[in-house]
Amino acid sequence: MRFRCIQFFSAVLTLFVAQAAFAAAPIKIGALFAVTGPAAFLGEPERNSAKMVIDEINKAGGVKGRKLELVAYDTAGDATKAVQLATKLIKDDKVVAIIGPSTTGESMAVIPVAEKEQIPLISCAAGSKITDPVKKWVFKTAQNDALAVGKIFDYLQRHKQTSVAILTVSDGFGSSGREQLKAQAAKFGITILSDDTYGPKDTDMTSQLTKIRGSKAQAIICWGTNPGPALIAKNARQLGLKIPLYMSHGVSSKKFIELAGEAAEGIRLPSGKVLVADVLPNSDSQKKSLMAFVKDYQNHYKAEGDHFGGHAWDAVMLLKGAIEHGADSPAAIRDQLEKTSSFAGIGGTFNYSSQEHAGLGKDAFVLVEIKNKDWVIVK
Amino acid sequence: MQFDQLLQYTLSGLSTGAIYALIGIGFSIIYNATGIINFAQGEFVMLGGMLTLFFLEALKLPLWAAIPCAVAASTVAGLLFERLAIRPLRQPTPINLVIITIGGSILIRGLSMLLWGKDTHAIPPFSGDDPIAIGGATILPQHLWILAITVIIVAANRFYFYHTISGKAMRACAYNRRAAGLVGIDVRRMVLFSFIISSAMGSIAGIIVAPLTMTAYDVGVMLGLKGFCAAIIGGMSSGLATVVGGLLLGVLESLGAGLISSGYKDAIAFIILLLILFIRPQGLFGKAESERV
Repeated sequence: MRFRCIQFFSAVLTLFVAQAAFAAAPIKIGALFAVTGPAAFLGEPERNSAKMVIDEINKAGGVKGRKLELVAYDTAGDATKAVQLATKLIKDDKVVAIIGPSTTGESMAVIPVAEKEQIPLISCAAGSKITDPVKKWVFKTAQNDALAVGKIFDYLQRHKQTSVAILTVSDGFGSSGREQLKAQAAKFGITILSDDTYGPKDTDMTSQLTKIRGSKAQAIICWGTNPGPALIAKNARQLGLKIPLYMSHGVSSKKFIELAGEAAEGIRLPSGKVLVADVLPNSDSQKKSLMAFVKDYQNHYKAEGDHFGGHAWDAVMLLKGAIEHGADSPAAIRDQLEKTSSFAGIGGTFNYSSQEHAGLGKDAFVLVEIKNKDWVIVK
Repeated sequence: MQFDQLLQYTLSGLSTGAIYALIGIGFSIIYNATGIINFAQGEFVMLGGMLTLFFLEALKLPLWAAIPCAVAASTVAGLLFERLAIRPLRQPTPINLVIITIGGSILIRGLSMLLWGKDTHAIPPFSGDDPIAIGGATILPQHLWILAITVIIVAANRFYFYHTISGKAMRACAYNRRAAGLVGIDVRRMVLFSFIISSAMGSIAGIIVAPLTMTAYDVGVMLGLKGFCAAIIGGMSSGLATVVGGLLLGVLESLGAGLISSGYKDAIAFIILLLILFIRPQGLFGKAESERV
């Protein structure tokens, strides 16, 4: 009996010591970014931003006295790899939450893992289907395609350009955009006259554009990420297309202007507010976050922060918010995330609830036009 | 269907096809000299574009100087590749050689990624980018450059293979390596030559297409595959048949994207490849056992 007693106490003691050691240990946050591969333009700024903001939180003493530790892996934009690495983060690294992956395809592949292992996942990809329908453990920070589509259609409707041609890339981003374009067209009284696609590695889209030129479209909406849209802009210029060209938020970075050169002039696209942070009115609730992010990124990486990096910044800050409210287990973090309200981040103002895991409203986007190799806000 | 649309599809297809042809000829030259398919061929296309960019931006050379430097540097890369990876092989069975060229292509791609990063880059066009109208269609000055340079290279190639000693020696190797060796042709030297010529051609293709399509560390894969299709259609000939194969492929892709559906563009190329391999493995124009050089 006495022996049993000692055994019991030592067990309790071990547990207690372990608990104490655990409390002092940093909170591990996992991250999956496509740092290499075709989506590197997303993954690299995301990883940089996540690292930067976590370093800064730690420098300021961590969250409630506990440091954060980022375990970031490179998925190379590969969904299979993303799933393997997600499992590794959960089983080996024992993270409390995962930020990423960078692309919609990878996110959709990782969602079942996060749901099964009950680990909160904050995706940095834009696809609407990530959080529609709502999945218990999955949140996202990137603006929904639906909002971007709405922004363009709203403008087209007001300017009476109601017959459009769409040209979308045949990958996760493009097909999600295509679905949204088709789904929302009727609501804005817009007719889609032609519906074409191009491959992510295609080098010449004059065929598709020639076909569109033959139709009666009043505007072209192109949905893709670099370098395809830059080629389309150049091809359109070559063909002398007179109708306005609209792009998606997937190319809202200086890189697009650099690639498309002259051909970029006059193109309009919906964009997060990062690009135009300095010209936003001071009354904008996001301005403080935006300026802080842009300045930090400039100091750390000598490069301009873009909204892709902002998605990771938002994800880390949302987690920080949840941990500040006392959550340090996956389940508690999830519950706290869901209670987030009016958090003015980079992507927009987040309001999560049990029915809403995307959290952003129409104000997340502004419509910009490229003029003299720079962005101008269009009303 | 209007005439100007068809004209546009055809012109676009021809200029893309010219690039496929140049890459395809690079494939067949090496195939004829060594009997292997050099799957690293696409990487030399990429090296052409990326090295031009490097000379332009890092060394601040003007475009006319950067291009020869880039061709020279990719040719050296081709030479080193043959010397370090192909020649030392003890048992040069085709399967070993093919695996080595695939390994080589991954290596070259990886090194370029580490060296120059993952971004896509644009190269300035050779002479402006104001469109030129032909009928109802438009092309860019760069398209004319592509067509002209392709013609010059194909002609130079023809001259080399039919009117110079080393070109004739290389043809001899293609007919029968052993016999060529017996009459005193240094077969290994010819293999080296074939790598030099095809890497130079590949890089030129990469350079002249870069202002239109932009370039990145991974553009070689798809272009290499399309060039391979062109070579297969041409029956692995390093002459006119492959050129026709490339142009045909380019035009079919362009017409397919315009008239049928743009989603099937790449599928068209690979369906043609498979059909040719199944039905006419000797190429579209080849006789069963044809002259291959």
